[in-house]
Formats: sequence, C-alpha cells, structure tokens
Amino acid sequence: MSRMPKMTISVPHEGGAGLTGSWRTFRPVVDRETCNHCGICAMFCPDAVIDPDTLEIDLVYCKGCGICSNECPKKCIKMVREEH
Amino acid sequence: MYEIRIHSRGGQGGVTAARMMASAAVKDGKFATACPFYGAERRGAPIVSFVRIDDAPVRIYSQINKPEMIVILDPTVMDTVNVLDGLKEGGSIFINTHDDVDFPAGFKVYKADLTGIALREKLVVAGSPIVNTPVIGALAKLGLFTRESGVKAITETFADPRNTAAAKAAFEEVIV
Amino acid sequence: MSELIMSTGNKAVAAAVKMAKPLVVAAYPITPQTEIIESIADYVEAGDLKARYIPVESEHSAMTACIGASITGVRVFTATSSHGLLYMHEMLHWAAGARLPIVMGQVNRTLAPGWNIWAEHTDALSQRDTGWLQVYVSTVQEAYDATLMAFRIAEDNRVLLPVMINMDGFLLSHIMQPFEMTEPGDFIPPLDLPHKIDVNDPKGYGAMSPANVHYQFRFDMEKSMRASRTVINETEAEFAKRFGRSYAPVEEYFCDDADVIIVAMGTLGKEAEVAADLLRKEGIKAGVMRIRWLRPFPLDMNIKGKDLVVIDRDCSFGFGGVVAGEIQARYPDAKIASVIAGLGGQEVTYEDMAEFVRSRKMGTEFWFGIPQEEQ
Repeated sequence: MSRMPKMTISVPHEGGAGLTGSWRTFRPVVDRETCNHCGICAMFCPDAVIDPDTLEIDLVYCKGCGICSNECPKKCIKMVREEH
Repeated sequence: MYEIRIHSRGGQGGVTAARMMASAAVKDGKFATACPFYGAERRGAPIVSFVRIDDAPVRIYSQINKPEMIVILDPTVMDTVNVLDGLKEGGSIFINTHDDVDFPAGFKVYKADLTGIALREKLVVAGSPIVNTPVIGALAKLGLFTRESGVKAITETFADPRNTAAAKAAFEEVIV
Repeated sequence: MSELIMSTGNKAVAAAVKMAKPLVVAAYPITPQTEIIESIADYVEAGDLKARYIPVESEHSAMTACIGASITGVRVFTATSSHGLLYMHEMLHWAAGARLPIVMGQVNRTLAPGWNIWAEHTDALSQRDTGWLQVYVSTVQEAYDATLMAFRIAEDNRVLLPVMINMDGFLLSHIMQPFEMTEPGDFIPPLDLPHKIDVNDPKGYGAMSPANVHYQFRFDMEKSMRASRTVINETEAEFAKRFGRSYAPVEEYFCDDADVIIVAMGTLGKEAEVAADLLRKEGIKAGVMRIRWLRPFPLDMNIKGKDLVVIDRDCSFGFGGVVAGEIQARYPDAKIASVIAGLGGQEVTYEDMAEFVRSRKMGTEFWFGIPQEEQ
C-alpha cells in the first residue's frame, strides 16, 4: 500500500482563500449602459469573479483590485470606496 | 505584567498606536514591547497588535492569549472577530464608538468617539479619520501611562499638532 | 544614559550599520529582513550614511558584490533571510575562504515548502560549515550591540572571517522594544585589510591552490576561528567597559545551583528565563543557557552533572536537533533531553518550555506537538 507523504498541496475550489470580498477597499461599479460586453474585464480578472457570459461581478470574492476598471476599453467600471 | 490587545483594520494605524503606547510607558520608566500579529498585510482587513508593559524588561515573545485589556479602534471588526477572546475576568475594554455597546458583565467598559473627535479636529488623511493618536489620550486617562508621556510619544511620531489636540479631546471625553 | 528609542530589531540593525559606516552595502530584499536594507537605503539616500548602495538582482549577486567590494579593503554589509541565504550559499564559502570580514544581518526564517515566513533556525544552521562566525541575538538592544561588535570582531586581523548576526524572523525582526542607540566612537577601529587590492602592486586572487597547499589555507581558517574566541571575549569585555552592557558567548541565567538547564538560541533562549522563574517557584532548580555564538562553538559550557533540555528550532533530518547534537559531540558526558520545537513559527511559550523540563526524558528526542505514539 502506498503512503501519501504529509505535505502542502492546495486544491483549487471556489473561495479557497475565504471570503476575499471582505478585503475590498474599493468596489467595482459597472455602467451597464456604456458596457459593450467585450468581456475583457472577465479575461483579466485575476480571481475569475466576473462571469464570462453575464459579466456579473461576484462581490463575495472580488478583492477590489481594480484591474477590470483599468483594462476596460470603454472606461465603464468605476472603483467606488467601500464604507467600512 | 500588563497585556493589551488592539483590534483595528489594516491601514488604521493599530501597530503605530501599539508603538506609541509602549513608548509612552517606557517614558514613564516602565519596560514595554509592542508587536503586530504577523499575517497577511492588506488595507481594510481586521488585524490585531499587542503591547506588554511591565516593571522589569519584557522577556516574553509568544503571543498574548489572556490580555488584561482590549482596545477596539474599529468597532466593525466585531462583526467577524471575537474581540473578547481570552480577556481576563474583570479586564478592561476600551472602544471607539459614539453608540452604546453591550458587552457581557464582568468587564470594565470605557468608550470615546475617537472617529468623531478626529473629524472635529480635522485629523483626516486620505479621506480616513485618524484614530490612533486620539486613542493615546483616552488610554492616558485610563492610567496606562501619564498624560505627559502620551503627548511625548505622539509628538515624536507625528509633528502635526492636530494629533495632540485630538488626544487631549479624547482624554477629556473618556469617563473613568 | 541616552534616551531610549522604540525600534524593531530590523531598524536597530540598520542603525548599528549606520554607526559602523560601511562604504558598500549590496543587498536584495526578502521578508522579514527587507526593513533592514530599506532603512539603510533611506540613510544613503538622505546622506546620513556615505555608502555606495548596490541593488542587485539576487542574493548570489549581493554576496558576490560584497566580496568584490570587500577585497578592496573597505567595510561591507549585507542582509538576507532564509531562501536568500541559501541562494548565497556558494558565495558564503567564497567570502570566508577569501578571508573577507563581511558583516551580514540574517533574519531566521523557515524554508519552503510549504511556504512559511515565520521564525526557524534551519536556514542559518544549514550554513554552519561555511566558515562564517554566527551569533544569535534575543533582544532589539542585543541586535544593535551585536552588529556593532560584529564589525570589530570580523575585521580583527586575528580573525578576518565574515560574521552573520542571526535574529528570529518577526519575533525579533518586527517587535518593537526600547533600546539605546549608543555612539560607538572609536570602538570599531579603521579597517586595515592586509590582503587588499593595491593597483600599484597587481596580484591575482583565488588562484589555483594545489593539493599540497590547500589544506594549509583551510587550517589557517580553523586557526582564526579558534582565535576568534579570544577576540569575541576581548570585544565583549571592551564593549561592557565602554557602554555598560555585557554579553558572553553563552548567556547564563541561574545556572550555578541548577539541576536542570534549558539550552536554546534566540528569543526562545530569552523567554526560557521566564520558564526557569516559574520552575523555581515550583521547587525545580532550573537555569537557562542561551547560546549566542554557535560558531565558534563554545567549549567552556559549565554543564557537568546537570540535566540539559536542549530546544532546537531546527532539525537535521536523519540526525536530530543541531544544537543538541553539537553539544553532545563536544561534551560527550552531557546528559541531554532533546526537544524539537518552534519549527515554522510554531508557538512555544514559557509554559511549554517549563513542561519540557518537567516531563523530560533524558537521552530522548521529543517533537513538540507530535502525539506520543508517533514520536
């Protein structure tokens, strides 16, 4: 019988780092009128919290890094300060 | 040995508050250490920092598990953190709030509206009211260190006189 | 006494470096050491330290730049931690072999994997045989004082070997304690490196050294390591005379009448004093020996007839605790209970240490936190 050595192996799963949305200082707010659904925001999101089809942002896990806002070619994602 | 745990959020200056507290105690002729709890550092996340004050050099490096006092710089951390964890029976709680807060019986509770004081004294940096210098005034009132040493600890850290003004306001506001 | 300043261990080391006035600092940032070299970079930028600060692309290059600078006869400093130290490994041997008095701040941190930035001594102990002197400190004041003394010891012509000042990651690198920023005055004499480069008298360095002579160079290193015991004693005595703070290669706490002695390095060795106080209240005659200088290894520990509880914040796999093993090797009659504790920043309190003493089983190795049946 093989014995699995004790070591650190992480398994990717939803929310593996906890409720990272609580880290947020700025919240992304999308102007849906201007958005042309190019999907670049979802492609760049480092935490994959933007649904590639609906482009809805999952605020439970969004850390508020602002990369989507920076990359948006239509400049329609504003970063708004969270009230703590 | 008197052990204090400070609850704040990253960027609020909880670690600097710990350092000023320890520094004020040292100016009183005591011995003190201050340390952050080492974890992921990011703005807005709940963090804790620790202060130990004693009449002899502090030789303990392990974490504080049974503090005599809890200082809550940001009451919203109580939503996710059990701030009373390990607080000794009869221990003290200082909280920055303008509301009434219910704590279980058996603790001494003190409060001051440090955020309100910071706003009144126009002690606001990058949109955030500064609470880590007024708290020094409040804790001087509670007798953790003398008022004079508290002022010195603040002025050696921050030159802006609004800091000491806010600390004085907090000193007046705390009811002992 | 001058005013006490609240400072982290990192900033105290940087402040001592400013006082020692090295002409060259070459370093690469790594947690939890970064604050040392950031502070030094600030001093250089502000003109408070007239040094050439060389930012490099790796720790291997940092040590290489230090070696190049040092051979010109100037005072040199660098700092690193854990993986950075290991990345320097080849050049650590080179620096010592080239007999260069480089001083390095080393913040002890765990080695991956799993990724862990907390305190552990395995990083520095794995560099035990490089020919560097190693001192382990336990307070912010001691970090400052040891750094000042390191330059004087390394540069003494009886030594001419590099010195590594070890400080526990976060536990000491980031804690804030009051310390006195003593002005060293002429405590550190000007460096006079006998083999420095002289452009008017060109020579080659690191030339071929065949088998019939190489061992002589190595024996000379060993001789200097042995002589460094005297230099350390002299330097610490002179420091105490001038500045009133005394240190010894092994710091003793209530050892004279002790039946059992806790032996540890760094912050564990300091907190162990509180454990000894606790045990004495219970009627157990306990003491503490905090080993400060691991290289050169102390040969005059007064441990005859006493039980030793040696706490190793390290492990040499397939052997055991490094410090316990070294004591046993040099003191064959020593009665040792070995404890492996604090790996990866595992919390070890003075109460835990007192329990190591109460439940000690002489001649065994105990891993703190591992169930008895797995030991």
